[in-house]
Amino acid sequence: MPTIQFQLNGAAMSVDVDPDQTLLDVLRGRLGITGAHFGCGAGECGACSVMVGGHAMTSCDMPMWSVADKDVVTLEGLGTIEQPHPLQRAFISEQAMQCGYCVSGIMISAAALLNSNPAPTEAEVRAALDRNLCRCGSHNRMVRAVLRAASEMATS
Amino acid sequence: MSAPPPGPKLPHSLAANPRLSSWVRFTAEGRVAISPGKVEIGQGIVTALAQIAADELDVEIGRIEMIRASTAASPNEGVTSGSLSIQQSGRALRHACAEVRQRFLAAASERLGVDAALLGVEDGVISGPGNVATSYWELAGDVSLERDATPGTVAKSATTRSVAGHSIQRVDIPDKVFARPRFIHDHALPELVHGRVLRPDISGARLTALDEAPARAVRGLIAIVRDGGFAGVVADSEAAAEAALKALRKGATWSAGEPLPDENDLAGFLRSQPIETTIIDARTPAVTKAARTLRRQYTRPYIAHASIAPSCALAQWDGDRVHVWTHSQGVYLLRVDLAIVLKLPAENIAVEHMEGAGCYGHNAADDVALDAVLLANAADGRPVRVQWSRHDEMFHAPFGAAMAIEIEADLDAENEIVGWRHAIWSNGHTARPGRAAQPALLAASEIANPYPRMISTNPPPANGGGSDRNAVPLYDLPAWTITSHRLLTMPVRTSSLRTLGAQGNVFAIESLLDEIATLRGEDPIAFRLRHLRDERAREVLRAVARRAGWKPEKHTGIGHGVGFARYKNTGAYCAAIAEIEGADDIRVRRLTLAVDVGEAINPDGVINQIEGGAIQATSWVLQERVRFDRTHITSTSWTDYPILTFSEVPAVDVEIIQQPEIEPVGAGEAAHGPVTAAIANAVFDCLGVRVRDLPITRDKIIAAMELAL
Repeated sequence: MPTIQFQLNGAAMSVDVDPDQTLLDVLRGRLGITGAHFGCGAGECGACSVMVGGHAMTSCDMPMWSVADKDVVTLEGLGTIEQPHPLQRAFISEQAMQCGYCVSGIMISAAALLNSNPAPTEAEVRAALDRNLCRCGSHNRMVRAVLRAASEMATS
Repeated sequence: MSAPPPGPKLPHSLAANPRLSSWVRFTAEGRVAISPGKVEIGQGIVTALAQIAADELDVEIGRIEMIRASTAASPNEGVTSGSLSIQQSGRALRHACAEVRQRFLAAASERLGVDAALLGVEDGVISGPGNVATSYWELAGDVSLERDATPGTVAKSATTRSVAGHSIQRVDIPDKVFARPRFIHDHALPELVHGRVLRPDISGARLTALDEAPARAVRGLIAIVRDGGFAGVVADSEAAAEAALKALRKGATWSAGEPLPDENDLAGFLRSQPIETTIIDARTPAVTKAARTLRRQYTRPYIAHASIAPSCALAQWDGDRVHVWTHSQGVYLLRVDLAIVLKLPAENIAVEHMEGAGCYGHNAADDVALDAVLLANAADGRPVRVQWSRHDEMFHAPFGAAMAIEIEADLDAENEIVGWRHAIWSNGHTARPGRAAQPALLAASEIANPYPRMISTNPPPANGGGSDRNAVPLYDLPAWTITSHRLLTMPVRTSSLRTLGAQGNVFAIESLLDEIATLRGEDPIAFRLRHLRDERAREVLRAVARRAGWKPEKHTGIGHGVGFARYKNTGAYCAAIAEIEGADDIRVRRLTLAVDVGEAINPDGVINQIEGGAIQATSWVLQERVRFDRTHITSTSWTDYPILTFSEVPAVDVEIIQQPEIEPVGAGEAAHGPVTAAIANAVFDCLGVRVRDLPITRDKIIAAMELAL
């Protein structure tokens, strides 16, 4: 099996893997990274979103060959309890979830948005999250959390 | 001679599980273990219960460790459903903790030589005059909680509670934002292997033959399991299990299935099946003669749970004992069914809860648990994790039942209601495990000696009913007859979905009331208030009207509508006002809600539940409908079963009417009915047409407009 190298949450990673295997499978099954969740397997719900090269992408339909030499960030790479990302603080402050299963993908989509657009409007936040589904109806809290994180990042 | 007055009683769940230690234990290093029988399904219940315990015990909430429900140790509280967890578990914990506190105060009094009445508790430290002090943990050896709770303990008064009634942060959220594994899907066990089950793509088909050769060639395969019509694979990775399943499917032969109804004529189907008829309630017919009768039919489609995560379970055999990890709503009830299928004593089966994604009723959580148990048989004692596919979740899991509701309203010459007949045709709204002599689990109907597929039934009206939930009007009408026709056939599998029949019934009642108010030229809120005696009901309507500035000025292309219900007629009061815009495509711009749950233990948690319920209901109303042709469920992906997206979600504004002195009730299902009706009534306000068949889509609106021409 070929060896594929990539950066995962800032660390160099090298895995021998079928190049057609999905990134989500490798993250969860091989590397024990469970922040990205399986939802549909077809790139339709966003629960498995990760950042690849700074863009939010679904990992359940992303073959490993396509991440070679790329920079991959999962929720684990966003921040820690000691050094939280502003989004992590904001999602706690806004109590922005019910079950929280979709939240990891949503925070990743939000982080990618804030990378490219540090001061989004509410409509821009919603548009950026439109590929992530939430079934519990916590959307408005999540939008508020993203806007809160953006304003916190602007003042710090 | 008269009977003695009834003495104080224990709360329901505590009476069923009286041992104090099964609810509360003081553990090492200043910790408190609280062990409810209800489970976290995304509703925040674990936090609310922790608040109740912290308050009664006077300990910091950070000391409390909430124990996940398990048949090994937890109180048996049946199922986490029906918005009853605060009522049942909350009351039991409040009482149990109050009694525990009292017992410790008595022990402290003895040890310290101070009258118990002079002692206070602060963060678990019990102290009194003269700087004497001890603590729960110091006294833990002296106070046995291996005793049954006694009736009559008085919990704190509302004014002295400092945690319950406040919006504290949920205890589970930090794990979820910092990616600490918490979901069953993320549960790691040593030597874990993976299973997948082969299910038909034709509704009701049975596996008749299986060529296993293609699957045997898959690298990583551990076993193929076949038991009659049940077949599955076990492999050393998820990818290998998926590959083996794909290969297995190629070798499968299926029987013809069972035909599905016409998805475009649900009422015709529902009203033509064999039925069991029950008169739910009747009020003496009015003497007033009706001048006219309005007859209206309302329908709602089958609705999918459509949880973001597919169902998942783990199972591990050790000899003739099996351990099961599940996101089921009822660990004990699941165990009952597993014991039937496995022909094992219940004590041989341990069922432990772990969180799944948001659960809105009886989804496939229980089904996949049996799948895992059956596949784990072939895993040589290793734990097997089974996860359904999105396709199977949207095809084989139970759906919320479709309903046809006909209301006949007799009106007098002034268009006042003098008679009311409400009839429902629907499958039953529950087929949960653990309640019948036969199992309700999917694989039980597939194995070699199959059990018949359970036909859904309805809980009795005293428990809130099923099809008939909220069918009896809360309004003071002079006469009514409420009838439920339960289908005895079930081509589309149904079971409990959030609110059971209440969403359909409230939609029907509130739509027709709106129509009658319009006929009379009366404001719809004034009309409702005139027919409501219950002061709490009246107050939520007045509160929502104030908050939404009812009734806003009329603008072209904008409509407003109202809906109200008291969930189950015994639970939370909720009134909703919808503001919509549109012509033939509808967008809900804003929902304003007022809600009264009695004492709101965690007000922000209540708002979160109401807000989420309102948004989910909006999704149901505007978009959701399980699709099928005559042989397949066809809405098996998010493309074919769309739900509301971020850009489509309305603003939601919730007002809570706090009633700290009134026993709390749940909030999880209060919003769906009122929001459904409010949107439908707003559509009429906006477009002048009544859409009586959900979902309210462009096609339905155009059809209603054509009918109105």
